[in-house]
Amino acid sequence: MSEPGAEPSIRVAALTKRFGAVTAIDNVTFAVTSGELFGLIGPDGAGKTTVLRVLAGVMAADSGSVQVGGVDVVAYPEQVRARISYMPQRFGLYEDLTVDENIRFFADVFEVPRRVREERAARLLAASGMQRFRRHLAGQLSGGMKQKLGLTCALVHAPKVVLLDEPTTGVDPVSRREFWQILYGLRAEGAAIVISTAYLDEADRCDRLALMHSGGLPYCEAPDALRARMPGAMVEIPTPRARAAREALASVPGVRSVLMVGDGVHVHVDDARKALSDLERALAQQGIEHTGAREILPSIEDLFVALLGNAAAAGRKAGAS
Amino acid sequence: MRIRRVSAIALKELLQVWRDPRSLMLALLMPVMQMLLLGYGVNLDISHVPTCTYDEEGSQLSQALIARFQASRYFDLVAGLDSQRQIRHAMDGGLCKLVIVIPAGFSRQISEFHHASVQAIVDATDDNTATIATAYASAVVQGFSNEVQMRYEALRGGTVVAQPLAVQSRVWFNEDLDSRDFIIPGVVALVLALVGAQLTSLTIAREWERGTMELLLSTPVTPLEMMIGKLLPYFVIGLVDAGICLAFALLLFHVPFRGAFATLLLTTSLFLVVVLNIGYLLSVLIRNQLGASQIAMFVTIMPISLLSGYTFPIDQMPAAIRAVTYVIYARYFVTILKAVFLKGSGIGALWGPVSALILYDILVVWIAGRAFRKRIA
Ligand SMILES: Nc1ncnc2c1ncn2[C@@H]1O[C@H](COP(=O)(O)OP(=O)(O)OP(=O)(O)O)[C@@H](O)[C@H]1O
Ligand SMILES: [Mg+2]
Repeated sequence: MSEPGAEPSIRVAALTKRFGAVTAIDNVTFAVTSGELFGLIGPDGAGKTTVLRVLAGVMAADSGSVQVGGVDVVAYPEQVRARISYMPQRFGLYEDLTVDENIRFFADVFEVPRRVREERAARLLAASGMQRFRRHLAGQLSGGMKQKLGLTCALVHAPKVVLLDEPTTGVDPVSRREFWQILYGLRAEGAAIVISTAYLDEADRCDRLALMHSGGLPYCEAPDALRARMPGAMVEIPTPRARAAREALASVPGVRSVLMVGDGVHVHVDDARKALSDLERALAQQGIEHTGAREILPSIEDLFVALLGNAAAAGRKAGAS
Repeated sequence: MRIRRVSAIALKELLQVWRDPRSLMLALLMPVMQMLLLGYGVNLDISHVPTCTYDEEGSQLSQALIARFQASRYFDLVAGLDSQRQIRHAMDGGLCKLVIVIPAGFSRQISEFHHASVQAIVDATDDNTATIATAYASAVVQGFSNEVQMRYEALRGGTVVAQPLAVQSRVWFNEDLDSRDFIIPGVVALVLALVGAQLTSLTIAREWERGTMELLLSTPVTPLEMMIGKLLPYFVIGLVDAGICLAFALLLFHVPFRGAFATLLLTTSLFLVVVLNIGYLLSVLIRNQLGASQIAMFVTIMPISLLSGYTFPIDQMPAAIRAVTYVIYARYFVTILKAVFLKGSGIGALWGPVSALILYDILVVWIAGRAFRKRIA
């Protein structure tokens, strides 16, 4: 094995996977180094789960290669599995076993010594506020707690490579913060982490983002580098009448697109300075009340729309809700 | 292979069975119910059927035949009749369910045509009893006619040839006409085959259905570890079930047990390995609990009850069907059980069927140990 940091922990080259007529992964290439949090984002059906399944060695690809720690996943799956931890999109633990029994099962399967298991389990459960539930059946936990238990089981053997498929879906904001704290700790220990997420606001927490779209992976960069790639600028206009505002602004010259957000609209324009007054005027003409328009850093969702188009964002939002 | 992983899987599986009322019922209650159902099904057939005789011939030979009926515990002779009219009377009045009519030419028929034709008139309101009673009656008659025949042959100094007459009755009943002792050991084999395959047919399919398989696939567990870990708990349960069946056979059905328990334990273990692996294989292939358990039921009940020799003696089947029975793994265990229970045979005397079971074991373990694929699709 190579030195940590020198050789990428995960190296994916020209990976392709088809299901009949559907190309779930289309010639995808990327690498993840140890100590890196790598985000996989994309609309429903983009192929995120399929990529993670191939990485975890539970699904065979049609062509291309996957190496983990310099070892070929296809040729030596068992050797790779001991180093990998995978948390599937669907909850995969035993609901008729208790929290402790689940942890113990996965620790045994990965041959974690008893003392190490006790110590790690205690730390992970404390970090996610779950100590009180150790003797509860997993099936009786809330959705968020199930996900946290899943993470605990996944991390009990101190994996070098961690693959998480939408682990925070259905998890409340407080628990999500705990979740991410655990992931940061893991990153500090030098693990390579690949995470797909339904929450675009979480994407900013990743070191690097891969934007997937119908099997392809057109963008793969740090969030700020992605932002720099976005042509034009983003203007935020808070208004209670977002729908009307979108109609009014769509035809203003210099406007590329308008996206409704929680408390107003985000307008993608060619040049913020030039556009601001035009936008204000258009809204005033229609009598749409609003507070001051201002240029903002584009959110990941804005990037999504700008880079992949509206269809992708629409699909993404439906999936996230 | 890592013992730690095997025992983790085994322990997990055991906990799951223990906490799932359906599996627990299947594991412990089903053998009880099957033993009662199949055991009493055998027993329920007949005994002490009230029977009248109408001896038209009144010869020494015909009286000897009537004495045979008298001696059998399946028939209670309630009256001797003198006319056809009395037959109707006896039947309609509920005096008897069966009337044996020995025709006037009975002795001559036997000596000249080697064929005894005795009329059995049966009250067919209870269809099942009627069928079985007739079959028993004909067995008594044919057994008798055989003996008479052989005695003639012996007197003439000729060779004694087997009587084709006996065949039909023998398909259904053993020579002693003691069906229960004969059949219960076979019932034990059938129950173990049924319960064992049912239990393991759920095990892999359950993981797929509950969505736990994908995670399990991503762990370092190997196919062989999976098979052994999954089957160990059911092997223990299977032995417990065998104990339950044995208790029923001995204490409730009073089947004699003349063999050694060690022989029984060893051969039962060999049989369980086959049975459990067949259920496991189905579970691996079908990935669906209902489908796998139904197919397990289907491939177990019919072939075993028809072709294992549990009720129908194999040596009396047509050659083509007899050839098929060699594939039925249960036939070897049925042979072993009957011999251990009734004859007290040890391993030495049973090397034929025992080595057949061992061959089967090697085959199924070889297939099942590889069958599990660590892939989603
Ligand atoms: N086992 C399969 N058989 C057939 N088609 C599949 C299979 N798995 C995935 N697909 C198809 O491959 C494409 C990619 O699916 P995938 O589950 O990887 O997407 P995803 O990005 O994870 O979506 P989501 O956000 O819904 O989880 C989809 O069109 C899907 O229908
Ligand atoms: Mg997915």
